[in-house]
Amino acid sequence: MKTTKLRMTAPAVAALTLVLGLSACGAANEDPSDGSASGGLSGTLNAGGSSAQESAVAAWKKAFQTTNPETTVNYDPVGSGGGREQFLSGGLDLAGSDAYLDDEELAKAKDRCSGDVVEVPTYVSPIAVVFNLPGVDELNLSPKTIGGIFQGTITTWDDDAIKADNPDATLPSSKITPVHRSDDSGTTKNFTDYLDQASDGAWKGGVVETWPIKGGEGAEGTSGVISAVKGGKGTIGYADESQAGDLGTAAVKVGDSFTKVSPEAASKVLDASTPVAGRAATDIAIEVDRKVTEAGVYPIVLVSYQIACQTYDDQAKAELVKSWLTYVTSTDGQAAAAKDAGSAPLSSAVGEKVAAVVETIKAS
Amino acid sequence: MSILHTPMWRRRAVDRLATVLVTGAFVLALFPLFSILWTVVSKGAPALSPEFFTYSMRNVVGEGGGIYHALVGTLLVTAAATVISVPIGLLTAIFLVEYGEGRRLARWIRFLVDVMTGIPSIVAGLFAYALFVVFFGEGVRMGFGGAVALSVLMIPVVVRSCEEMLKLVPNELREAAYALGVPKWRTVLKVVLPTSIAGIVTGITLAIARVIGETAPLLVIAGLSDSVNFDLFHDRMATLPVFAYSAVSSPGVPPGPSIDRAWGAALVLLLIVMLLNLVARLVSHLFSPKSER
Amino acid sequence: MTVVEVSRHPVRRLGDRVFAGASTGAAITILATLAGVAIFLTVEGVPGILASPDEVKSGESFLPYVGPLVFGTLLAAAIALVIAVPVSIGVALFISHYAPRRLAAVMGYLIDLLAAVPSVVYGLWGIGFLAGKLVAPYGWLEEHLGFLPFFAGPASATGRTILTVGIVLAVMILPIMTAICREVFLQTPRLHEEAALALGATRWEMARLAVFPHARSGIISGAMLGLGRALGETMAVAMVLSASGVVSWNLISSTNPSTIAANIALSFKEASGLTVNALVASGLVLFVITFVVNVAARLVVDRRKDFSGADA
Repeated sequence: MKTTKLRMTAPAVAALTLVLGLSACGAANEDPSDGSASGGLSGTLNAGGSSAQESAVAAWKKAFQTTNPETTVNYDPVGSGGGREQFLSGGLDLAGSDAYLDDEELAKAKDRCSGDVVEVPTYVSPIAVVFNLPGVDELNLSPKTIGGIFQGTITTWDDDAIKADNPDATLPSSKITPVHRSDDSGTTKNFTDYLDQASDGAWKGGVVETWPIKGGEGAEGTSGVISAVKGGKGTIGYADESQAGDLGTAAVKVGDSFTKVSPEAASKVLDASTPVAGRAATDIAIEVDRKVTEAGVYPIVLVSYQIACQTYDDQAKAELVKSWLTYVTSTDGQAAAAKDAGSAPLSSAVGEKVAAVVETIKAS
Repeated sequence: MSILHTPMWRRRAVDRLATVLVTGAFVLALFPLFSILWTVVSKGAPALSPEFFTYSMRNVVGEGGGIYHALVGTLLVTAAATVISVPIGLLTAIFLVEYGEGRRLARWIRFLVDVMTGIPSIVAGLFAYALFVVFFGEGVRMGFGGAVALSVLMIPVVVRSCEEMLKLVPNELREAAYALGVPKWRTVLKVVLPTSIAGIVTGITLAIARVIGETAPLLVIAGLSDSVNFDLFHDRMATLPVFAYSAVSSPGVPPGPSIDRAWGAALVLLLIVMLLNLVARLVSHLFSPKSER
Repeated sequence: MTVVEVSRHPVRRLGDRVFAGASTGAAITILATLAGVAIFLTVEGVPGILASPDEVKSGESFLPYVGPLVFGTLLAAAIALVIAVPVSIGVALFISHYAPRRLAAVMGYLIDLLAAVPSVVYGLWGIGFLAGKLVAPYGWLEEHLGFLPFFAGPASATGRTILTVGIVLAVMILPIMTAICREVFLQTPRLHEEAALALGATRWEMARLAVFPHARSGIISGAMLGLGRALGETMAVAMVLSASGVVSWNLISSTNPSTIAANIALSFKEASGLTVNALVASGLVLFVITFVVNVAARLVVDRRKDFSGADA
């Protein structure tokens, strides 16, 4: 009779030992907390939202947790919508979002913070127009042509509009397969915002997060778009410049010249842009001017924000959020993200404005 | 029976054709199966190293780092899910086969279990999140929540496979036990369960394998952390699938090391299940009554 | 006769009551969980169903929004089942009755392993390996069978079509279906098999006469588990499919209907407000679909009585 019990318990015991055996020790690279508060800063910052920011956040976390070993920063890449929602309901201390809060959300945020909301740009990523066309390495495209290609009105590579942009190139007569994001994303929203403002009516889909045109090739995430563009022939798509790898990237017509995509060219567009009207002083929401005409400025960028409260009930939490945002928006922080995530650092003009806002975070 | 009227040559031909088809199906299935196994093993193996198993990702960017935190998380969350699912699932299967016979409740439950198999994994995650928010407030993240979400996915698999295995125990065995005056509960415990133990263990292993690779529900409720967390009831807990997904979807610059880690994590998941399978076979081999096969 | 009567009503004791109570309790726990999920889906979903078109991101009212998704879900799952059911029965039969024992054990083991591959990996495999390999066959299908609506083309340049998704799903559900069929086949009473063989039946006739009738219920159970997974699979579909939200029988073009689960994963990240409710409501629809499909399957199965050792 005892054997039955043994039968039932033996595997359970085996499994438990395995789990407990592992539990006995921590990871080799994690110091067991020795209690010696070195930086004075401690606690856990729970943040989440935009998955675009994830690799930048990893870089920031590394530096931040190294200087402040008593702190832990968690970032759930649940998406901008989820991040905003959970920040507004009080589930997160800080949200990362590819879009600034709309008016309705702003009202909720003021309730949640019982005061003003701090919204600062932290991550600017250039969006490249990537293509895979055997025999063609360099491609110039005007906004109107890009709009036509993604709208589906320009269907072959030797179309007159493309020829006009590239008088010297030999273009094949093959079909264009435009690749778009099949998931809802801030990248799509910023790309369609660019097309809507700059394509002179060639793009008719409006400014959207969900790709509006039925048809064409859809792919999930930046990596999906990149692999679809790589996998097909005569494909063209849009994706973060940092992930473009060895794919060709098109130079985009700005004013009268063509600008290649680069982090430097992308940072400049923020200086040329205007803040969104009617916002509190702590809310640096930016309306990116996609129709800039200055040479050397690249207008297709994704601007991602971090959203926090100006006042927190808890002194420690306020300190934590403040020093996190101070680091993230500092020159060092921006350089770290540029190196490890391929983002465009905030220009000094924008950086100063942001620093002044972050400085106002305090405990109530 | 029509077979008796079929000429012998035709029966032989049909038999040969069937053999070809059955073997063909097997060979056909092998292609994708080996292709996937090979992909995972060949891309994952280079990532494995002592550091990979003992380091977490805390303060690691670019090369280096490991999956220790995610490995701990996956083992804890899956173990918790198993502890929840197996008793409920197995008892339900016993109810269906031994006690439910002809009862309307049993018909309903059998049916609802089938429906439960169709719950998309992300919905299970959202459900667990909504449930835990009721008790712990907004923004709750804990490994145990992940275990509950996985249980929702796991229970139907346990019930379904255990039920099939229990049903296959010949009635003669039960009747023999009853005839000897053995009470029903002991008949179930001593005769029915041991007879079907091999199948039940396979079923449970399959159920664990089914959920151990789930990503979406764990991202919602267990979250993602790059530090080790042993506490199922507090704070975020990394798990291997979520780790792999996030390593693929935002790899940073350059993407190489991160993607290698993702394949390494996938290979480790495979190894865990392989180990589990071995243990399961051992258990069923040791404890099942001697069979003819 | 009296002996049989007695055996149907064994001695009842305290232990029996406890055991019966515990198992009934477990069954009721499942009812409660399911009720919980159903209530959650309904409460969260109904506002999404009632939302007016301009309140949700899709800009459509609920039915036209969810219609193509339902179509895509059923189409992808149907393709997966059509491929996986015969193959898994074949594989299981091969392992249980055709292959040499040692080989069979190893093969069964390898196939079980595949049940554990995370769906993300199936997705990566689908994009990186399978889709590329299928571009040429799709071109051939378009050229030679283009008169059928399924293969009307134009064939996708990347191979990321709903047929590819169906194949990936088939591979994903193959392990669990094979495992259950195999276990059930192995449990065929040896006496039945030997009786069939003794009567001069060929191996195939033995399978038909002794194995399949015995295993019918198990095969259906395996298929239902596979179908459930195929209907609800999220990440792999989201990664592989080039989805456009259309209704189309064309299996090989890059314009494909999306599936409910994949659509939730693709849209959920950036959703807020009533759009979230609409997505949860689409989850409710998937729940109902599973319900209906199961009712249909039950009706089919119940027409021929299940074999069960426990049935009197």
